Amino acid sequence: MNLNATILGQSIAFAVFVWFCLKYVWPPITAAMAERQKKIADGLEAADRAQRDLNLAQNKAADELREAKVKSAEIIDMANKRSNQIVDEAKDKARDEGQRLIAGAKAEIEMEVQRAREVLRAQVAAIAISGAEKILESSVDQAANEELVKKLASEL
Amino acid sequence: MPEYESGTEYIAHHLGFLRFGQKADGSWGIAHSVEEADAMGFWAINVDSMLMSLLLGVIFMGLFYFVSRRATSGIPGPLQNAVEFIVEMVQTTVKSTFFARNELIGPLALTIFCWIFMMNLMDLVPVDWIPLLAQVVAQDSHLYFKAVPTTDLNITAGFAISVFVLVIYYSIKVKGMGGFLGEFAFHPFGKWALPLNLIMEIPSFLAKPVSLALRLYGNMFAGEMIFMVIAMVGLYQLPLHFAWAVFHILIITLQAYLFMMLTIVYLNQAHTKSEAH
Repeated sequence: MNLNATILGQSIAFAVFVWFCLKYVWPPITAAMAERQKKIADGLEAADRAQRDLNLAQNKAADELREAKVKSAEIIDMANKRSNQIVDEAKDKARDEGQRLIAGAKAEIEMEVQRAREVLRAQVAAIAISGAEKILESSVDQAANEELVKKLASEL
Repeated sequence: MPEYESGTEYIAHHLGFLRFGQKADGSWGIAHSVEEADAMGFWAINVDSMLMSLLLGVIFMGLFYFVSRRATSGIPGPLQNAVEFIVEMVQTTVKSTFFARNELIGPLALTIFCWIFMMNLMDLVPVDWIPLLAQVVAQDSHLYFKAVPTTDLNITAGFAISVFVLVIYYSIKVKGMGGFLGEFAFHPFGKWALPLNLIMEIPSFLAKPVSLALRLYGNMFAGEMIFMVIAMVGLYQLPLHFAWAVFHILIITLQAYLFMMLTIVYLNQAHTKSEAH
């Protein structure tokens, strides 16, 4: 057998190295590794959360866009209706106004006709009387014939 | 291959230790022959093994300490990456094999794996380089110098006995003295077969450190021996050396890993109560 005190020396050296490793080498390295693992896990989680947020925001934006489209369509619809209404109203008003103008003109014409007829009638009566006077060459009893002449004139 | 009278002498010289101890005439000093070294008895020390062992241990610890000082949880540099790769491998092995809680196991396993790997790695350095360097440094062309510490049974036994002491310590700490001794007395056949139990359990318990030490020593010694034989065949040694070295990369890693793995397993047994053996 070749065993000698080297065995003791090696055992002591081994104990010292293990102690050194336990005290100064193992903890910082494993701590750094664990911390990095945690960092990576956190980072992945954050990425997941951001992705979820993004999806949510995109959905919301799409919703709002759709709503806006519906609303704008409504507004356009309403505007169209309103413009049609205005046009209709204007048409009605114009027609009424026209009717009114036509009626006024007609009434005025009627009135003129009446007036002309009155004037004409008076003149016809006078002409008739003077005609009759001339024919008879005598003065006719004005009062006795007045009634006759008026009757004649109204027949015109 | 330096000039030697025969291959036997070459190999014998390579197997000799640089041993410091008490010589036959009572004086203390370095042994200058294999016979002189063998006569020194227990109170002698293999300076070469110890020196290489400590040197490699300091290199490994220094490197890891350097990295641990500057360890960052941000993006690791290449060196930190490599160190973390090893640490994580050890951590994973410990987690999957060791089920109790003990802060010592991780650093212990890391030290065993890396240190033994570094020592085994010396096997891949061409067999004459380190001894030649030692001879040049010591100005002694006949200096004995064994470059691979794990081919010295003292070194592997040093590891194995340290692990064995830890196994006994934690067995008693976890199970109590009664529980620890009870495992020898009452397993596997119950208390009525106590003598049989003792006959079966005590040798299997003692075999743990012996097998740990001898397995590593035997593998490394055999590998080193083959490198020496290859070194004697002249020019053909180059391809042969390469082929054996490539194969040996597997062996040195495997042996370092095995030693670590068995240490963890033994310590796990020490921490586990009432396990049927």
